[in-house]
Amino acid sequence: MSEFLQQLVNGVTWGSVYALIALGYTMVYGILRLINFAHGDVYMLGAFFAYFASRALGAATDPNPGKALLVLVISMLAAGAVGIVIERFAYKPVRKSSRLSALITAIGVSLLLENGGILVFGSDPKFFPQIITARNIPLGLGVTISNQQIIILVVSLALMFALRFIVLQTRVGKAMRAVSYNPTAAALMGISVDRIVTFTFMLGSMLAAAAGVLVALQNPKIEPLMGIMPGLKAFVAAVLGGIGNIPGAVLGGLVMGIAEVMVVGYVSPTYRDAIAFVLLIVILLVRPAGILGKATAEKV
Amino acid sequence: MTSRLLSRLAALAALGFALAGCGGSGSKNEIVIGEYGSLTGNDATFGQSTKNGVELAYQELVANKQGKIGGLPVRIVSEDDQGKAEEAATVVQKLLNQDRVVTVIGEVASSRSLAAAPACQAAQVPMISPSSTNPKVTLVGDYIFRMCFIDPFQGTVMAKFAAQNLKLKKVAILKDVKSDYSVGLTQFFTESFTALGGSVITEQAFSAGDQDFRAQLTAIKAKHPDAIYIPGYYTEVGLIARQARELGLTCPLLGGDGWESDQLIQIGGDALNGAYYSNHFAVDNPDPRLQEFLGRYKAKYGNEPDAIGGLAYDAANVLFQALQKLSETDPETFAGFSSAKAGTDARKAAEKKLRDLIATTTGYPGVTGTITLDENRNAAKPAMVIAIKGGKKVYDSTINP
Repeated sequence: MSEFLQQLVNGVTWGSVYALIALGYTMVYGILRLINFAHGDVYMLGAFFAYFASRALGAATDPNPGKALLVLVISMLAAGAVGIVIERFAYKPVRKSSRLSALITAIGVSLLLENGGILVFGSDPKFFPQIITARNIPLGLGVTISNQQIIILVVSLALMFALRFIVLQTRVGKAMRAVSYNPTAAALMGISVDRIVTFTFMLGSMLAAAAGVLVALQNPKIEPLMGIMPGLKAFVAAVLGGIGNIPGAVLGGLVMGIAEVMVVGYVSPTYRDAIAFVLLIVILLVRPAGILGKATAEKV
Repeated sequence: MTSRLLSRLAALAALGFALAGCGGSGSKNEIVIGEYGSLTGNDATFGQSTKNGVELAYQELVANKQGKIGGLPVRIVSEDDQGKAEEAATVVQKLLNQDRVVTVIGEVASSRSLAAAPACQAAQVPMISPSSTNPKVTLVGDYIFRMCFIDPFQGTVMAKFAAQNLKLKKVAILKDVKSDYSVGLTQFFTESFTALGGSVITEQAFSAGDQDFRAQLTAIKAKHPDAIYIPGYYTEVGLIARQARELGLTCPLLGGDGWESDQLIQIGGDALNGAYYSNHFAVDNPDPRLQEFLGRYKAKYGNEPDAIGGLAYDAANVLFQALQKLSETDPETFAGFSSAKAGTDARKAAEKKLRDLIATTTGYPGVTGTITLDENRNAAKPAMVIAIKGGKKVYDSTINP
């Protein structure tokens, strides 16, 4: 029993990371109908920005929560800026073209970031400093959770609620929803579609960077290709929950994380990556719109 | 139609030029030795240490003999395989066909040595792996050698140490399913440990490159082992150690020579205290040959060498010695190593003689111990058990074959 509960804790923390990456995917898709395949690589950049920031701030030698928070904020801001640049130079020129061109551009940006990362950072792994000292907290029944796992959970949940608040309660969120519903009509109502799209990308990139920092904190090995697999799995998580749906992304991420850990713990670790895609196939067969997604008729 | 024919002709002509270019590149009179390893990638220190060890040996050749053997200058060509088996096969093909090397020194990881060895065997060019321990490596053919002990022995060493020195009964294993090294070592450890009266209570697996091992460790924790044997490479081991401690697993961790890297403790930190692993040498061994090597290595590279670097140094010196011997006893055949003779029968004859000389290496005083190759071209050497205490690697005991 305690083993199962421990696995559940492992799964939920791992899943909350997927959820955080999936949020960015789902938000960009919801607004632009674009699968931003470079999202996983922005997650990688977030981890690297935090790596350099924490070295510059000396957060590694003197770990304290204030500095850790600063590292997180710096990394999110830097990744947000990268998101704006990517949108301006890669996606904006093809926004009026077919959806396929945008998708292929996204794959191109992803490859550019990965190989650019190898060029700039080198392909051997770096080790993320311990900007928060790890401590174990026993939960009873032999189950333990580390303070880092708690931080991942809390930060993920906080960012999810922040995002929900921005989208549903603020003016800019209202504009985002309007652009998502009908960009032409939104433009006619005086909404600057370009600005909203840029803002969406910035927000999505910031979420990815936050996920990157949180993962690096817990699993300190970072390298330029670290974003490929989590990016892909978070995409599956977004589809699983219903792409374009914010609570769906969170649910999908958690389901993925738990499924993965349970497969490794009780079946075989060789199926770790396979389970994500098995889930994808199952959901596409059973409920193509995703767990929380609403089926919409395709306009012809 | 004609344009298609023309373009085909053009392609053929281009191919012809390219081939002519290859043949022409080796016209200088020198001995070219190839070295390959993972200079980048997941276990980059393996390749870097190997390169450093070979370079140090070469530097001494330059200092003592102006870098010449039998009147021919020696040149080392290094290639990076990025820690990937398929790249290892590619770069070795390049060394063989483009650089026309006389001998190939390389790889640490057994999976990568196994990927490259068949090409060397087919070309009848000796390949000396400094530190691949999986027994299958030298079984590829009679041109493949190694400078270290093999895993059936290394597995026994840790099994003996666990059963007799640490008095452990129940051990869990966490292995890398994608690595020949890890799978082999798991098998040999299990056989010896059960023969010594212990039991392996659970065997969990991961794949190199994984980040999260908590699921496997949780399953291990539920079985309450006395220790966990992790025959993996240092990057994963460091992460596993940390996550094990986070999950409240306090038992000792045991491992093999794949742990040997100065990055191990940097990654694993305090979580590794109380761990033991089997290795090729211990830096605190007072042996004067070893201490002298450590001093020179430190003077050149600024950091303490690991056993991987020591084995590469020995591999290069064993090769230099064999070449030297051939140049003295049979200068006529030795002339076949000149790069001008690449691809000729003279080169083939020279390679055959060189192979025989390396195979009969007996009692070579290496820095990693005395090297005598057996009939399977493996070196039988004692293994050291290294303990990690207070963030430092400390010599614990020697176990003889």
